[in-house]
Amino acid sequence: MTEAGLAARMPFESRDDIIQVRDLKKYYPISGGLLSRVKGYVKAVDDVSFNIRKGSTMGLVGESGCGKTTIGKTILRLTDKTEGSVKFDGIEIHDLNKQDLRALRPRIQIIFQDPYSSLSPRMPVGEIIGEAVRERKLVPPEEFDDYITKIMEDCGLQEYHKDRYPHEFSGGQRQRICIARALALNPDFIVCDEPVSALDVSIQAQIINLLKDLQEKYNLTYLFISHDLSVVEHISDTVGVMYLGNLVEYSKKETVFSNPLHPYTKALFSAIPVQDPDAKGERIILEGSIPSPSNPPSGCKFHTRCSYCMDVCREIMPEMKMVEEGHEVACHLY
Amino acid sequence: MDKNKGFFDRFKSIGRGLGKYNGKNIPKSVNYLSAKELRIISKENRKITEELELKRNRVGVSESEYRTTMKNPDNILEIENLHTYFFTDIGVVKAVDGVSFNVPKGKTVGVVGESGCGKSVTSLSIMHLVQRPQGQIVEGEIRFDSGDMIYDIAKTPTDRMQKLRGNQISMIFQEPMTSLNPVFKVGMQIDEVIELHNSHMTKDQVRQRTLEMIEMVGIADSGGVYEMYPHELSGGMRQRAMIAMALACSPKLIIADEPTTALDVTIQAQIMDLLRTLKDQINSSIMLITHDLGVIAEMADYVVVMYAGRVVEQGSARDIFYNPLHPYTVGLMASKPGKDKKVERLYSIPGSVPNPIDMPNYCYFKDRCDRAFEACEGEYPPTFSISETHRVACYHYANGGGGIRD
Repeated sequence: MTEAGLAARMPFESRDDIIQVRDLKKYYPISGGLLSRVKGYVKAVDDVSFNIRKGSTMGLVGESGCGKTTIGKTILRLTDKTEGSVKFDGIEIHDLNKQDLRALRPRIQIIFQDPYSSLSPRMPVGEIIGEAVRERKLVPPEEFDDYITKIMEDCGLQEYHKDRYPHEFSGGQRQRICIARALALNPDFIVCDEPVSALDVSIQAQIINLLKDLQEKYNLTYLFISHDLSVVEHISDTVGVMYLGNLVEYSKKETVFSNPLHPYTKALFSAIPVQDPDAKGERIILEGSIPSPSNPPSGCKFHTRCSYCMDVCREIMPEMKMVEEGHEVACHLY
Repeated sequence: MDKNKGFFDRFKSIGRGLGKYNGKNIPKSVNYLSAKELRIISKENRKITEELELKRNRVGVSESEYRTTMKNPDNILEIENLHTYFFTDIGVVKAVDGVSFNVPKGKTVGVVGESGCGKSVTSLSIMHLVQRPQGQIVEGEIRFDSGDMIYDIAKTPTDRMQKLRGNQISMIFQEPMTSLNPVFKVGMQIDEVIELHNSHMTKDQVRQRTLEMIEMVGIADSGGVYEMYPHELSGGMRQRAMIAMALACSPKLIIADEPTTALDVTIQAQIMDLLRTLKDQINSSIMLITHDLGVIAEMADYVVVMYAGRVVEQGSARDIFYNPLHPYTVGLMASKPGKDKKVERLYSIPGSVPNPIDMPNYCYFKDRCDRAFEACEGEYPPTFSISETHRVACYHYANGGGGIRD
């Protein structure tokens, strides 16, 4: 696709975009047989394009195994891409050499899902948060202590927590430590990989509020990966829905939630349980489960579970089409 | 248990008090105990647990000891004043501290609460699966109507319990991958349950029944799945296999402990639909444990809200969702982002759950409650009945506030 064509397709294309993902592909080889030859590929991410505007939050939703986390990791170059491009602030992340990448790292950070396994049990909290700051000499040594205290207070932690170890904290507090660790490097962009799914509802609300406050204060940009649609609806500005490595729908939050177009998005939204015992509404129950990404169905990958399946769906893979202003969907129905 | 009361109180002060940081007073880490204190605690623990174990391991317990009667014959399960404690090396954890509720026949009761509130321990107590000897049911009754006899499960000896477990009461666990044995075929694992409880059946009959069960839970290729190992199945299929195993003997009571938490929303919808239809098909009752209020609203007829080992509110699903009374229930509902909630900031309950080893002697929720008033300083509130079904443990609904003390 030409640059001009892309610009026309991308609804929010502007100079404010901090992240530009173009036709990103990530295939994992499957090897086997006598000489460990490559037998096939798991297409974890297959031709995904989107932009994230500076200071906004993009929500990425989908079932497990649909490639959400792989996108997050590939954007940060925690894993190498197969094809496509990822630009952060105009810099092509996957073309950087080692030194340049290292220099860029503080600006792109990640918060992981499980706060129990992502903190070193042998390091005191002050060290966990401050290690990278000291290594990179972001602040002069005499200001170091005050800087860490300030970051911790921003994240709702107390100064005396510095000398404690992660096992002394609850899940919510640990997630605050993870956030403080990412925030200490003064990043512009943070990938939040299911940051609240391991937490209780009341703690979830605290962490979501904290993430929103920090975004306002430091003008952060988030890629918020989650399978919990109600959380995504609350925090995001734009939402991308993924199915089996493809982005099937992408738009502003309000449009996606009030007017979902793709049959998969519709089914996904109708499956959210509602907190109302009388609202036993119409529910679209999808048959079967998500097909294997190593052997995806031909044509539209969703056709095996789709109730609107037509002949064309079995053969031709639908392209992302702009249906209305800023609302893109990959489906032959539109 | 009265003679142990002094013991529990004696250690109230252990691990409390203030520490110093940069010359400022800070709360001391709750997990810190000196070696001497640890020794005293474990010695006392051993004394208590050994006594309880001796009582439990007696042989030839007469049936009259655990035969009892139901308060209301329409209930399949009645839990009354259940106390399950864990005697750990840092103190006694009162995981379940005076829980009472009923499961009516043919109904679904949802138990909701945050992690650590004792909802899983309640269900494990019913199944006799609490880790012994540290974990013990120290007080209370669990009355279960098996049809021909009414058991008090809290007093039933283990060998008798083995006949009930998996047969009359069965459990669906949260994580299907860890609860299925990875080295045996799925079919064989279901066979095992049926064989164990139906000694008169032949091998062929057992296999036939297993295939029937696999088909019943919505797996089309029953013969294929019978020969598969758990790792060959997807998460949703594994949970279906678990359900087939739990329902194999047509139990009277199914305990589902977070059956859909590990699953995607689309699969969750399938599994909930399946549970609902199967419950009516085999004429059973469900006790559904979850932290997801949405799942409770869809499935449950009655709801029990637990907090820090106690029931704070219970009632029919309508009572709880349309007229939540306890400040904790109200807070829990408000903190969940939802479709029709257009708010900038989510409500979040301030503070966190009190330390289970060192519970306060006033209402456990008082320190986090935004409606606390003078009466809350007093002892833990009793339950007040608001209507026939609706009960709440909060002083705001004391005799003047619309409730009648139980």
